[in-house]
Amino acid sequence: MPFRAPDYYAIEELLTDEERQVRDTTRRFVDEEFMPRIVESYRAGTFPNELIPRIAELGLFGPTLPEEYGCAGVSSVAYGLICQELERGDSGLRSFASVQSSLVMYPIWAFGSDEHKKSWLPRLAKGEAIGCFGLTEPDFGSNPSGMRTTARRADGGFVLDGVKRWITNGNLADVAVVWARLEDQIHGFLVETDRPGFTAEEMHGKLSLRASVTSELFLENVWIPAENHLPGSGRMKAPLSCLSNARYGISWGALGAAMSCYDTALEYAKGRVMFSRPIAGYQLVQRKLVEMITEITKGQLLALRLGRLKDAGKVRPEQISMAKMNNVSKALAIAREARDILGGNGIMDEYPIMRHMVNLETVNTYEGTEDVHRLIIGKDITGFDAFGA
Amino acid sequence: MKIMVCIKQVPHQDARLDVNGAGTWIQEENIKFEINPYDQNALEAALQLKDKEAGTEVVVVSIGPERVTQSLRTALGMGADRAVHVKDGAADGSDSLGTAKILAAVAKAESPDLIFAGFMSDDGNLAATGPMLATLLGIPHTTTAVSFQKNGAIQVERELEGGALEVVELNTPCLVTTQTGMNQVRYASLKGIMAAKKKPIDVKTVADLGLAGQVGADAAKIKIEKLYTPPKGQGAEILSGSVDEVVGKLVGKIKELGLL
Repeated sequence: MPFRAPDYYAIEELLTDEERQVRDTTRRFVDEEFMPRIVESYRAGTFPNELIPRIAELGLFGPTLPEEYGCAGVSSVAYGLICQELERGDSGLRSFASVQSSLVMYPIWAFGSDEHKKSWLPRLAKGEAIGCFGLTEPDFGSNPSGMRTTARRADGGFVLDGVKRWITNGNLADVAVVWARLEDQIHGFLVETDRPGFTAEEMHGKLSLRASVTSELFLENVWIPAENHLPGSGRMKAPLSCLSNARYGISWGALGAAMSCYDTALEYAKGRVMFSRPIAGYQLVQRKLVEMITEITKGQLLALRLGRLKDAGKVRPEQISMAKMNNVSKALAIAREARDILGGNGIMDEYPIMRHMVNLETVNTYEGTEDVHRLIIGKDITGFDAFGA
Repeated sequence: MKIMVCIKQVPHQDARLDVNGAGTWIQEENIKFEINPYDQNALEAALQLKDKEAGTEVVVVSIGPERVTQSLRTALGMGADRAVHVKDGAADGSDSLGTAKILAAVAKAESPDLIFAGFMSDDGNLAATGPMLATLLGIPHTTTAVSFQKNGAIQVERELEGGALEVVELNTPCLVTTQTGMNQVRYASLKGIMAAKKKPIDVKTVADLGLAGQVGADAAKIKIEKLYTPPKGQGAEILSGSVDEVVGKLVGKIKELGLL
């Protein structure tokens, strides 16, 4: 069965022609080129690297950045729709594109020098170079400002020391955007991964997001020239703004995974006969399906409004937190309900549901856990900071 | 070289189709449309020629309401240079001949060296417009192309019944209708989509083309009397039971009807 995108509230009408086209191009790529590969990739625990040039050719890396750097300059809503379609394929595919676009190309564009932009952005857009983002550390996840990685001035440049963990694409990367403490402020540095003292080790044993490479980065006395410092960085706000962009994409991406689960469960329920009629005809199953489509519709409206605010330059990080928290959490619940509707078949990789379900466990945790976003919004509405000390 | 590609916007292959209240056409509200799949191959054939021959201009032409703009933008995003949109209520209800007359008027103004059109449309399935258009223009045509080459003249392989292929050669200007699967239709890349926003769509009315009163529902020689879904169950019998029982019953039926 081809995928039928749920659109209960005719949200299609709220999109521009260009946004619809961008969505359709991404959808077709996912259906024709990604879906035939995902089950094998997932089983093998690898990302389908052979698709990187195709993803780049279509313009899906750094799509919101300007044309002068080889990018398309599409709207944030179009970027959201790209994330939605990629994650309908698999959260690992969306993660790959999110990291390259929001966590590598965006900081180079926002905080880098003209030289950085000219030298890296076109190559990253073409997929000739892959990037990763080193912020999280083994002991600092939800509180990145406590990081231990340091930078010190030496020999006309900087020397970096520290360990970064949970780094998507770490082993594939040509360049790492590394965040480190320099004179008690958090700064960003571009570290070419072939520099002496830099090593990346792939993390094995993941039961979630298997079609995505996750690594640990070790920086031991890595010297980089002074010009590798991102001149616009120097406060915690810089890495957090990258996360805001990535979280925004995730709020759309999770909808894609939820749509895939809902569509699969709906078709299955209409065809699966039990006690003489399709299970879609039973009240308990209908209730589940109705809750699923209702949450998807609410999530679509949340994401679309958030995207319009972002395009108007009015979005606040706390608003992004709400969409990330809600949409991923609801997508996870939808995946579990869909698994239940499919019964035993729901655990097989012939259907996408169990894969989405376990992927969403990661997505609910990374880029700010569900609870961290709850506390960000809590602080915003009450004025009281409920984080830690 | 100038190539004109005729495209029709039809309901998306995955769209849910319901008959409208009058029972004469489908309910078009809230359904998704796309470029007729046969026309997508026609467009791809034109774009491949453009990739090969520098200076080739590809003009896409479509008839229909405002929503057709979406399909024209998609075609421009894939690489067509400009579009002509005949947007006029007076064209509604045209039969194949009316459609061909409108396209012929556009073609006369454009003077293309080559015209591509899909072999038929996914909704009407008439396969008449292309040949009618060529006839009105007085140019040679061929249909159901599965491959296409241009070495001076145009060489086309066309699909016949029983899996046979026929090779024909045409001089330009000429018209070729395309079969699905003749080529791998490209995607509109994001850069292509953004570039398409700046490409021109020339909007025309039936009167602009000098066809007032000659096309549309009143001029049509063919009218749809009734559109309906055939009632279910007639002439079909569903066999039930275990596999062995069903096979036994089926063999019995075949014998009973004297089909063996």
